[in-house]
Order: sequence, then structure tokens, then C-alpha cells
Amino acid sequence: MTVTISRVGKVFASRQGEPLIVLDDLSLTIEKSELVCILGPSGCGKTTLLRMIAGLDHTTSGVIDVDGVAVTGPDPRIAMIFQEYSLYPWRTVRANVEFGLQMRGIPPEERREIVDRNIRLVGLEDFAMSYPYELSGGMRQRVAVARALATDPAVLLMDEPFGALDAQTRNRMQKELLRIWEKTKKTIIFITHSVDEAVFLADRIVVLSPRPGRVDVIYDVNILRPRDRTSVEFAKLRRDVLELIDRLEERQ
Amino acid sequence: MRWYLKLLPILFILLIWQIASVLINNAFILPQPLSVAAVLSNPTADILGSGSIFDNAILSIWRVILGFGLAVLCAVPFGIIIGRYRLIEELVNPVIQLFRPIPPLAWVPLALAWFKIGLASIVFIIFIGSFFPVLINTIDGVRRVNRTWIETAAIYGAKGWKLLAYVILPASAPIIWTGLRVGFGVAWMCVVAAEMLPGTTSGIGYLIMYSYNWGQVQVIVAGMIVIGVIGIGVDVVFRAVEKRKFQWQEMNR
Repeated sequence: MTVTISRVGKVFASRQGEPLIVLDDLSLTIEKSELVCILGPSGCGKTTLLRMIAGLDHTTSGVIDVDGVAVTGPDPRIAMIFQEYSLYPWRTVRANVEFGLQMRGIPPEERREIVDRNIRLVGLEDFAMSYPYELSGGMRQRVAVARALATDPAVLLMDEPFGALDAQTRNRMQKELLRIWEKTKKTIIFITHSVDEAVFLADRIVVLSPRPGRVDVIYDVNILRPRDRTSVEFAKLRRDVLELIDRLEERQ
Repeated sequence: MRWYLKLLPILFILLIWQIASVLINNAFILPQPLSVAAVLSNPTADILGSGSIFDNAILSIWRVILGFGLAVLCAVPFGIIIGRYRLIEELVNPVIQLFRPIPPLAWVPLALAWFKIGLASIVFIIFIGSFFPVLINTIDGVRRVNRTWIETAAIYGAKGWKLLAYVILPASAPIIWTGLRVGFGVAWMCVVAAEMLPGTTSGIGYLIMYSYNWGQVQVIVAGMIVIGVIGIGVDVVFRAVEKRKFQWQEMNR
């Protein structure tokens, strides 16, 4: 499904009276099955944008729609994966993956098959009856991914999902994500602080300008997958994007 | 530590008690351990026509269950509402803070004025005593539910009672449970104290007060031991459930 963000603005009322303009007149279209990474200096409103797409926050102005239908609140077509602490610690892996289906009122017999399939998809068959505290950070995020995929959303929003992981786990999770994405062909909007991660994952990289956030530059990443981090073209794009972000940070 | 080592201090206290009782040699001040043990070894024997230790203890427990149960039934739903809605919390918080420091026993005269002597006023005192610990822990537990858990639930379309039943309650259950444990402890103290009020004619608190009037100090001490053992017993049960059910809370961080 296509996600269309048209002229979206977000203003927070601040305590000091001066309203805080976080996003201003931001427009962006994300195509079906596309993997878009959103980058930007801290405080540019990346997370706010994602939360508005998820229906957790309202836009102050402008419209976000998915296939022509406006998003007005949490939407079954959209799932979101948070950075951490989103699993329910009193539920087993299975029960966590089952959560969305349960909330949507899917009957238990039907749930079982869907849950099994998604646990297998993220490779956690052996941990189905474990509790989140028994898992490593990377495994926990796999559970979060499986839980999101179980409800079969068209759009997957990911807010720095690998931000709390160590470098090695992070790289492995990126490869995992690409594998799952190629298999499921979901539209993915992925927020990250890491330029390297964005260049590795994205079809397109959207760089937001500092507050008030708008689209500054969009890079088309035409590097063939699997991408080689040591290749010249990878290094060049990474350097270009890094330089841009440095410049944006200075402007702030 | 080996479990039998933990018995040493208790044996030590028994020894001191034995020595002291022999030295004092006055059963109206300090009865010998064996005379207390004799009372304890026969808990269903009638004591001076006011029923057995066992019957009176059961009666006290029953009163606590009534008062404590009522308090839980009121405090948990009320606490959930206060914990969920900021506005309501700001509204009622001054009232809670005002009533909370009043010791339950300070309510006794009012309880007698309203309910006369009897079950109702005892239950009322217990209710007041256990209401606040349960209420305050429930508010705290509900308010401290991780925001990401609630937002994740929102993403999957959970709201209303489903959000309450599947996220808010399980997430705050460990803290609410602690409130229940503390609340029960207070309730148990309240029942014993309330039963010592003049005019009461039954219960373990009444029994030891009555035994005092008859100079049966060994019954007083036996009653105190029973009160303590029941208190510990219930606490152990609370902790065991906590350990089994809410293990995730400690492991989580």
C-alpha cells in the first residue's frame, strides 16, 4: 500500500507559551513494498512523524493516508515496532506474538497457526515458551517483529528498532529484516540514527532538516543487494549522507 | 544459611523466657513456656466459657476477610480510575492525603457512633485500615505501567476493557499485590485491636483481653503467638504467589 504524507505539520504547545513547531509542511510518498529509511539530526521530528503515521499522535495540519484512506488513529493496516521494552514480560514469546490477534478478536484455533508461522519466520521456534527476560536484546526485537507481522499489516513502522543492540547483533538483524521484507513484501518505514544502517537497508533514504523538520534530500539507493559495506559505492553514499547530516546539524 | 540455624534465635528467646519465668516465679506476670505450650497444644478446648482459641481465631479471620475483602473491592477499581486519569487524581489526591495519616483506631469512636458495638464496626475499622495501602499501591501500579506497553496495545487496537484486562491489570498486578499484602497485615492488626474494645464478646483479641481480666497470662501469651503465626502464615502465602506469578518483574530489568 502507498503511504502519502501531504503537507503535514506538527506543533506542540510548550510550557513557556512559545509553540514548538516540530514538523512543517512535510510531504512524502512511500510506494507499496518500498523500504524507506528516515534520517535526520536529533530533534528533527522523525519519531513524531512515525507516531503520526501510526495514529498515536494527531497531525496539526495536513493529511496522512494509506491507499487514499486517511489515518485518524491506530489502524489495522499499520503496525509499529518500538526501540525497546515493548514486549509484555508476563507473556511468553508465543503469547506476545499472539497479542495483536487476540486484541483483534481472532479465534484461538486460527491464531495458533499464524503464531507458529511467524515465530518460525523469525527463527524462534525453540524459544516459543520462553519469557522475554530470558531472551537477548536481538531475540526480543525478533519477537516484536513477529508480533507485528502476525496481524498482517501492509505497512510496518520501525522506530530505531535496532538502536539498543550491539553492533554485531545489529548487523545480523539488518540482514534478517531484509530477508523477511523480501519474503513478505511489506512497506517499511524505518527510522534510524545510523547512516550505515540506512545505506545498508533502504530503497530510498529520506533526510529531514532540523526543526522545523521537512524533507531536505531524498537519496535513491541503487546499490544491488546483498550490499557490501566495504564497496566503493557503499562508502561513497555513506560519506555523502554523513556530510549532509553534519551540515544540517551545524545549521541547527 | 541452613534452615535449622534460623531456629537458634527462637530457641535462645525460649531459654531466656524459661530462666526469667523461673526467677520471677509469678505466673500472673510471666507464665512458664510449658504452661503456654499446654494451652497451645489444645487449641479447641474452651477457655473460661468464652470459646476455644481455634474458634475465636476463625472468627477473627472471618472478620478480616469481610473488612479486607470490602476494602479490596472498593480500593482496586477506585485506584485504577485514579491511576488512569490524571484529572481525577489531582482532584482526589488532597482528600486521600488528608485521610491517610489518620490511624485506623482513631476511627473507633466514630465507628461505634455509627454502627454500635458489633460486627459492623469491627469490619469498618478493618476496612479503613486496609483501604489506603491497597488504594495507594493500585494508583501507583497503574500509573507506572510502561507507556510503550500501552501504545503497543493501541497499535493493535486494544482499548477499553481489553486494554484494562490484558495490559493495565497484568502490568500493575505486582504492585497491586504488594498493596494487598500490606493491606492484609494492617487488617490483621486492626481486627485484634478492634476486638479488644469494651463490649466485644468474641474473637482472638477479645480472648486475650478477657484472659487478662481472669489473670490467665498463659492464655494471653498463647493468643499472641497464634496471632503472630496467622499473620506470618498469610504473609508467606502472599509472598509465595508473588514469587511464582510476578517473577517477570524482578527479571525484567
